[in-house]
Amino acid sequence: MPKRTDIKSILVIGSGPIVIGQACEFDYSGTQAIKALKEEGYRVILVNSNPATIMTDPELADATYIEPIIPEIVEKIIAKERPDALLPTMGGQTALNCALELDELGILAKYEVELIGAKTEAIKTAEDRDLFRKAMDEIGLESAKSVLVRTQADAEDAAKTLGFPLVLRPSRTLGGTGGGIVQDRSELATKVAIALRASPNHEVLIEECLLGWKEIELEVMRDLKDNVVIICGIENLDPMGVHTGDSITVAPIQTLTDKEYQILRDASIRVMRRIGVDTGGSNVQFAMNPKDGRVIIIEMNPRVSRSSALASKATGFPIAKIAAKLAVGYSLDEVANDITKKTPACFEPSIDYVVVKIPRFNFEKFPFADTTLGTQMKSVGEAMAFGRTFTEALHKAVNSMELDLPGFTGAKFVSGLGKAELLKESNRPSPRRLLIVAEALRSGISVAELSNATGIDRWFLTHINTVIETEKELESGAVTIEKDGLYLKRLGFSDIRLATLTNQTQAAVAEKLLASKVVPAFKAVDTCAAEFMAETPYLYSTYEAGSDAPTTTRKKIMILGSGPNRIGQGIEFDYCCVHAVQALRAAGFETIMVNCNPETVSTDYDTADRLYFEPLTLEHVMSIVRREKPEGVIVQYGGQTPLKLSAGLHALGVPIIGTSVESIDIAEDRDRFSALIEQIGLKQPPGKTARNQTEALAAAKMLGYPLLIRPSFVLGGRAMRILCSDEELIEYLSESVLMSNDRPVLLDRYLENSIEVDVDVVSDGEQTLICGVMEHVERAGIHSGDSYCTLPPQTLSKKVVTEIRAAAELLAEKLNVRGLMNTQFAVTPDQQVYVLEVNPRASRTVPFVSKATGTPWAKVGALVMAGASLKSLGVTEPKDCAHVSVKGVVFPFAKFSGVDTILGPEMKSTGEVMGVDNSFARAFLKAQSAAGVQIPKSGTVLLTVNDRDKAELEPIAKQFIAAGFTLLATTGCAAALNAKGIPVQAINKVRDGSPHIVDYLGEGKIDIVINTPEGVGASMDSRSIRVVATELKVPLYTTMAAAAAAAKAATLGGIGKLEVKSIQEHLQQQLANLGPRSATSQSSAFLAGNAKCHIA
Amino acid sequence: MAVNSSKAKQQAVLAFADGSFLLGHGFGSHLTRDNPAVGEVVFNTSLYGYQEILTDPSYAGQLMTFTAPHIGNVGCNEEDNESDSVHTEGLICRELSPIVSNFRGTESLEQYLVARNKMGISGVDTRFITTMLRDKGAQMGAIAFGDAGIVDTLVDRARAAGSMEGKDYVKAVACKESYSWNSGAWDLGQGYQTFTEERLSSRPHVVAIDCGIKRNILRLLVQAGFRVSVMPAGVTAEQITQARPDALFLSNGPGDPATLDYVVKPVSELLGRFPIFGICLGHQILGRVLGGKTYKLKFGHRGGNHPVMHLPTGKIDITVQNHGFAVHADKLSHGAIVSHINLNDQTVEGLEVPSARAFSVQYHPESSPGPHDAIHLFTKFYEMVVTGHDRVSA
Ligand SMILES: Nc1ncnc2c1ncn2[C@@H]1O[C@H](COP(=O)(O)OP(=O)(O)O)[C@@H](O)[C@H]1O
Ligand SMILES: Nc1ncnc2c1ncn2[C@@H]1O[C@H](COP(=O)(O)OP(=O)(O)O)[C@@H](O)[C@H]1O
Ligand SMILES: [Mg+2]
Ligand SMILES: [Mg+2]
Repeated sequence: MPKRTDIKSILVIGSGPIVIGQACEFDYSGTQAIKALKEEGYRVILVNSNPATIMTDPELADATYIEPIIPEIVEKIIAKERPDALLPTMGGQTALNCALELDELGILAKYEVELIGAKTEAIKTAEDRDLFRKAMDEIGLESAKSVLVRTQADAEDAAKTLGFPLVLRPSRTLGGTGGGIVQDRSELATKVAIALRASPNHEVLIEECLLGWKEIELEVMRDLKDNVVIICGIENLDPMGVHTGDSITVAPIQTLTDKEYQILRDASIRVMRRIGVDTGGSNVQFAMNPKDGRVIIIEMNPRVSRSSALASKATGFPIAKIAAKLAVGYSLDEVANDITKKTPACFEPSIDYVVVKIPRFNFEKFPFADTTLGTQMKSVGEAMAFGRTFTEALHKAVNSMELDLPGFTGAKFVSGLGKAELLKESNRPSPRRLLIVAEALRSGISVAELSNATGIDRWFLTHINTVIETEKELESGAVTIEKDGLYLKRLGFSDIRLATLTNQTQAAVAEKLLASKVVPAFKAVDTCAAEFMAETPYLYSTYEAGSDAPTTTRKKIMILGSGPNRIGQGIEFDYCCVHAVQALRAAGFETIMVNCNPETVSTDYDTADRLYFEPLTLEHVMSIVRREKPEGVIVQYGGQTPLKLSAGLHALGVPIIGTSVESIDIAEDRDRFSALIEQIGLKQPPGKTARNQTEALAAAKMLGYPLLIRPSFVLGGRAMRILCSDEELIEYLSESVLMSNDRPVLLDRYLENSIEVDVDVVSDGEQTLICGVMEHVERAGIHSGDSYCTLPPQTLSKKVVTEIRAAAELLAEKLNVRGLMNTQFAVTPDQQVYVLEVNPRASRTVPFVSKATGTPWAKVGALVMAGASLKSLGVTEPKDCAHVSVKGVVFPFAKFSGVDTILGPEMKSTGEVMGVDNSFARAFLKAQSAAGVQIPKSGTVLLTVNDRDKAELEPIAKQFIAAGFTLLATTGCAAALNAKGIPVQAINKVRDGSPHIVDYLGEGKIDIVINTPEGVGASMDSRSIRVVATELKVPLYTTMAAAAAAAKAATLGGIGKLEVKSIQEHLQQQLANLGPRSATSQSSAFLAGNAKCHIA
Repeated sequence: MAVNSSKAKQQAVLAFADGSFLLGHGFGSHLTRDNPAVGEVVFNTSLYGYQEILTDPSYAGQLMTFTAPHIGNVGCNEEDNESDSVHTEGLICRELSPIVSNFRGTESLEQYLVARNKMGISGVDTRFITTMLRDKGAQMGAIAFGDAGIVDTLVDRARAAGSMEGKDYVKAVACKESYSWNSGAWDLGQGYQTFTEERLSSRPHVVAIDCGIKRNILRLLVQAGFRVSVMPAGVTAEQITQARPDALFLSNGPGDPATLDYVVKPVSELLGRFPIFGICLGHQILGRVLGGKTYKLKFGHRGGNHPVMHLPTGKIDITVQNHGFAVHADKLSHGAIVSHINLNDQTVEGLEVPSARAFSVQYHPESSPGPHDAIHLFTKFYEMVVTGHDRVSA
């Protein structure tokens, strides 16, 4: 079938901010889809609130709306753009749910918008667990025994019939939010309550627990001609009971015969047809009893998903791109296989390697969270690795996790556990289970015993055991690097691991291997196991006879990526890497991308000229450098990951372009940096470095409390705390950090009540441009990554801004910055400007600034690093813009029930959103809405703030009243306000007894909570308020600054009153302001034209 | 089963006619330079079903390279045999599984091979081999236990083997005596259903000419509703008619179809008298009966992921393929038409002769191993026989 000509314009809904269960895989999918649709000549309209995405780059879609993804707003966009069709399958659960609501509200009908990709009926049948089960019955597929409940009473009965343990699965939630395994009746009531709340339609399916069964996923595609193909089969190493997103997964399936596999294949095809996904990709999940092969269907997702991104990266088959083409009427045979070019997309990829995906967790940031894994996803990111064998791939996956794991070992995770504990712990799914299992094998526990305990297939355990045994042989000398180098590397051992096991240096190991000619080969990921010639160099390293994709002699630049997403290092850095690639490619360089995160756009095979899907370790990067011999390597764009490698690479003579390794060290080394600050006459919070407790206490005495402490060399403020006393200091040192001579801790005086400011600059050595100055909403002390911020600043005086700009320029100059630099300042109440830190690299804020100012700063920076001058590029500093952009943030607290939501200097947010409008209040309201905080038009506000903040209460209270809200306050606050003659009703603190705040919250009598914690150690009392408010999704403000902003926003009378505007429209205005000459100069195309690069 | 530490493994050599060779680890029956496994080196891209592939008689005379790196994970079992022995001369893989992990596995691949006097070589770069065959075309090769010292001997053996062209392996693998078949398709937990004589007696009778037939074809013929007799390739038209068939089936098999005049002849005589269905080699036979020529493909089609389009309907099946020869379809007699083509390289994948109620496919609708997309062809054949004409197309 040819493509449809009856539709001209298509609305694509993105997935919004990065949250647990929905990460950048949807930017990857969406970007592919939009490219594909544009290729076919459709007008594409996009809505996505996440500015750190490639899909929201102005040159991609025809009209890009960085607006909240809620029906109210999307309707405005539809009304304005009048798209013919809506593609809801690219934006994860967010887009599906939004599309469903739009349909239920009759909006799609009203504006005659057709759903393509998946029809409402199909979405409903797939998403509604009960309808789904019925559908499966019809086609003779067995589901787990289950009962659908809407009340506690139902749940009790269900438990009687099903017995424990059982599984709770709320309908229509993302990543199983609110669900879980109930071990016994004592847990039932509470867990059911949470589950019911989590489900948008208050439905929970209670299910028989299939603990220990194999979990297997198939990625399926179907076209309008009813051709169906399976793209990839994925086997979970962790058996049923651990969410696939939290499981170590392996492709292809390793432990099924053809007969069993075909049962699953036939079943998933029947599922596609019954659910009625008429075009596109879907993900079907099965449980299989390892004892008899009995199959039970778990679920299907009628859209691209994390798994489909994984399958695409694992096979080379671009599911999202093809899905988009099918959605507009093509059939699989009419679309070419991009990798081979010659053959059609209508086939089933065959792979001649093993792929392992490993989840990345961040529990350390959520002290009270339960680290046991279950049916609700808790990981924040993932790494993937290729190998020709399972052990090789697993080793490389572990190396890719950015946890300094050289192999299946991690003293800091498993030390001091005896056999019994090891067996018990390996039975409990947790982030460290793989290491526990390895340790258990080391301790002599047998594969059989371990397999029974964990349900992990003996095949996987046996291979892990081979590694453990070989480690022993290495230690005993039975196996040596000289003699068995190839064998060891084929098992996937990293050089560092070999070094430790044979106690010598990594360099020594590398030399020995080189001497015995044990060097990696590079194989292509080509969808067809080499049956056809691959046109795209998408490569991984292994130890084999032959290599694919010979290198070229072009001018090459290599860009090091940022590895798995984790809190503090997310999609923003991938955005920067992709922009570097795009700019340098356009400037005529051959670009080489290195990364190991399967969710990203940077690891799409057509982003860079050559893609190496490899761990970002010195060893793996060096072998690529040796092969490709790039003229320049960029370490500035992948966040802290490549930055950590820079010294090592430099030492080995790798040409690192941009800011020098020397300067990087000055910025990262506390003492050298302080010296610089002093020397150039800037201010820094007085601080000291301590290598042991005595030094720390001495420093504290000298600086005075409150002070701020942290380990050196961390990102996202890891283990960073504000301390108020020696006791807290001592406790911190004992618990939070391993302090040592080469890993000292840093103590700073804590600047109270200061406004924090983020500044991004680009410099070519001649000239330094300020990309943007962002004023934070929350006070300094709350991590820059966790605070809302606004561009342009709202409350800073011209004088202060000028001072800050000058300081930033001076820093860039003195640090000899080539490319991008980020710096953070704190402005004290008495208008003193302090430098908090300098990051000599692209920062988290670059995408936001680029979108807000309409200049692709990451591209500018990349070209500068490659030797182009800012002048030649013709880039100018953005003038004050007509609109206000507010960055909002989202937190994962809902995933970790019971965890306190107070913010601090340690970053906890997983993602960001952007609100743009013509005033701060409007932009802030949009940012909040996009972040999932819906400020109501009216209702009741609860005020309960600490004494210091009571002073600031009045204006906020007045604004809420003016906006028509009624006020509730705890005794102290109530008194303070009544004294000012402000009407407010007093209410009990929890400790004063019922009816108290939490009761009111439960009864839905409170619509907004403003609660600032007393002192630092917030009392359990106020904690319960925050926890419940979070669970019930009641807007909660824990800082006065945020509360003030919310009050302003509340006066607007609801988001429905606001207008929508595409960034293309915003930018036109922006460029108009800049005047004709520079008007063009900011566009990516222009940059490419001007890029005269020569690497010094 | 014990983990066999890779260092303990014995060296083995894979050598090609062009003199190139790879060192690896030998497993299975201990074949040496004096009695190496010799054959045409081919590759199969199926991810699952190595046991079915090894026991498929069509692979006689060939050394099978599995592109899937891990082989042997699920061991072997009685149910998954496609014939009574391993016809592949030897197997080549990247990694042999140290254990068997599957509820149906009863013995390890290694034990299975030893019992059938076959060997395999592991630890070699199968992707490198695949790329070589893809670029240079099929090649003869030889494998045996031993070190680099035996390379020359193996190269000579490989050269001596000549080419697949002009080779007849059918005589070697076809049954010697006629027999009747009575078991149907496989079910999880049930295994194979066997049909009693009286249940079968009333059914239409199909005679399958065995050139190296796969059991799953027989099973699916029974499942489709036939009573099945198998006769060895070489039977005459008289012998076949004496068996009073209602239909004729032409099986898959090894070697060069150009050598099989003794199969082509009886079929030509019977074309039009009985409905005919041919698979793989059987398709090439029908092609020749219709006056078509067969030719050798550069490196053949072997795998479970080949897209084939049924031209009259445009419907696509993902098919299982295993053939090194194909049919040239220009100027066919009896108004035969090309019904299917391979979307990867446009080669002929199916023929239909409406006038003579005969059809054939180059691929393997019986799968085993591989996708079940094309199983409907067995029903189509049955319908054709009982209704006297081709009702369902596709
Ligand atoms: N009946 C069950 N018994 C045990 N584990 C289950 C059961 N149902 C689901 N799970 C586990 O929960 C995870 C999430 O379930 P799923 O239906 O896939 O929800 P989601 O929509 O969050 O992916 C699955 O990956 C599986 O490991
Ligand atoms: N001396 C200080 N006074 C007040 N707040 C501070 C001070 N130093 C750091 N902070 C807060 O801690 C956060 C994290 O510190 P920063 O140096 O930026 O670490 P990171 O490398 O994690 O970004 C900052 O965003 C700021 O809010
Ligand atoms: Mg799932
Ligand atoms: Mg910072």
